[in-house]
Amino acid sequence: MFYREAGDFKTSYVADNQTFPIAFDRYRYYVVLAVAIGVVPFMLNEYFASAVLIPFLIWSIIAIGLNILTGYCGQVSLGTGGFMAVGAYASYKLMTAFPDLNIFFVILASGGVTAGVGLLFGLPSLRIKGFYLAVATLAAQFFLVWLFNRVGWFYNYSASGQINAPERSVFGFNVTGALAAPEAKYLFCLAFVILLGIVARNLTRGKLGRSWMAIRDMDIAAEIIGVDPLKAKLSAFAISSFFVGVGGALFFAVYLGAVEVGEAFGINKSFLALFMIIIGGLGSIFGSFAGAAFIVLMPVLLKNVMVGGLGWPTDIAAHFEFVILGGLIIFFLIVEPHGLAALWRLAKEKLRLWPFPH
Amino acid sequence: MDGAAYVTPDGRSIGDVVMEMRNITLRFGGVTAIRDISFDIREGEIRAIIGPNGAGKSSMLNVINGFYHPQEGEVWFRGAKRGPMKPHAIARQGIARTFQNIALFSGMSTLDNIMTGRFTKMKSGLLAQAIWKGRAEREEVENREIVEKVIDFLEIQAIRKTPVGRLPYGLQKRVELGRALAAEPKLLLLDEPMAGMNVEEKEDMSRFILDVNDEFGTTIALIEHDMGVVMDISDRVVVMDYGAKIGDGTPDEVRNSQAVIDAYLGVAHD
Repeated sequence: MFYREAGDFKTSYVADNQTFPIAFDRYRYYVVLAVAIGVVPFMLNEYFASAVLIPFLIWSIIAIGLNILTGYCGQVSLGTGGFMAVGAYASYKLMTAFPDLNIFFVILASGGVTAGVGLLFGLPSLRIKGFYLAVATLAAQFFLVWLFNRVGWFYNYSASGQINAPERSVFGFNVTGALAAPEAKYLFCLAFVILLGIVARNLTRGKLGRSWMAIRDMDIAAEIIGVDPLKAKLSAFAISSFFVGVGGALFFAVYLGAVEVGEAFGINKSFLALFMIIIGGLGSIFGSFAGAAFIVLMPVLLKNVMVGGLGWPTDIAAHFEFVILGGLIIFFLIVEPHGLAALWRLAKEKLRLWPFPH
Repeated sequence: MDGAAYVTPDGRSIGDVVMEMRNITLRFGGVTAIRDISFDIREGEIRAIIGPNGAGKSSMLNVINGFYHPQEGEVWFRGAKRGPMKPHAIARQGIARTFQNIALFSGMSTLDNIMTGRFTKMKSGLLAQAIWKGRAEREEVENREIVEKVIDFLEIQAIRKTPVGRLPYGLQKRVELGRALAAEPKLLLLDEPMAGMNVEEKEDMSRFILDVNDEFGTTIALIEHDMGVVMDISDRVVVMDYGAKIGDGTPDEVRNSQAVIDAYLGVAHD
């Protein structure tokens, strides 16, 4: 009933171009923001923050990053884990080399470093497409993990080969290290999610986003209309890697605190990110959030139901978790190949007419 | 008729040479797709390229917009010889085209498809786009206004926000024309704009082509199989057969040329 565009007239192209053209959507977005900033931090507990909210926020950034590359520009990448590792190690090196630099800028700079690396590994995309490109990015994944494992300079020659996040604070609150409060970690990640979410939305609705989608949908026609495939593809790789790098840096510095590269940023992370955008919806910012929420929340939910609710032993529950998650992924791919975002859109289209569909 | 400005029977004055092909030869391995063809396209005219299947018409368009680079011959555009250029650079020079098989961006809305046509006119940097302020927002609105004019012109207001994948064939063709028009081209190439259309759709499309030429003064080169349409709307016609030019002139001249009749109807081998 409330979900209406009737009477919601646009009188300028600026108004028509806005992110949420329908008033109800716009208010809901403000409410979500207000709750996320003003309410959630006060009802946070340690478990909920570290098991659900912080990974969800960080994975959202990574999923948006991969969605820019794969969903918007049509370039399949299996190197997400490797690019996350680049972000993580860049932040580690920056934190140890410049102890006085604010962690906020460290994270952004790590994204910048990852963008450069992504650009480099994006070069093959100018020649190869589809499956073959996926294999080329897979090479990036294995090469980067190998590099961070082998070259001592990256982990400052520590004996364990691990990297540990030193303590850093923002406005006097620790956000990394053992003393960091979950509220501070949460708000720190949330700041990045909001910032990068808006940036992603702006980039994808404008000129650059249209050039990516043009390359994705019909590269020959895109070239004819004046889109330089080199610039479009490489910018997608760079910006996507920036997001993934920021996500990887947060994953290491804020979420895990200590990282061993093969374990934290292995190929399974690349697949996880890919699942997120496929389930959430390719070429949709909302889909990135939905996919991240699905993949992060589902295991937690299943574990709580099976172990907490049904009283199963944890090892059996862990195995069932894989079975159910795999089944759900297949179910989604068959029922709605365009992901949760498409279901959401469908629900909105129906709601527009509800309760009088004719 | 070749080599001079002229006035058409319906009173439009045709200006200087915009595009000139000089002795173009294009080979794929051992196959010669285009053999030593020269012709010119003049400012403001509608120039048709016709010929039987496999005559090399589409290859000729691909040479004009840079997909193929001819082994021999020169391409002159607006008084300058053109070196080997990438298609996107040629688009920046003001050449736009549509495709024989529709090549729209199927995942995008009609509006976004046509907005993509404005790509070369938009200059804002990455940072401005990321924060959607200043130049990026202003540019978006300015170009939107031009795109809306194209949408009005083609009478597709109602499908502005519809993903083009959902549109019927005739409308898709129209959107593709819109995308090319949004680029405000100096030279518009149309590869079989009426293929697969019924009579009404053909009439609509012919009207749009004539209106584009008339209102915006756009120079148009088109390939078309429907002889009735070609003879009605074009000012001059190039006829190709097996990669060679066999006729060039006004529709009437071409229609009465023995070589053209032979190519279309066949000739007795005795």
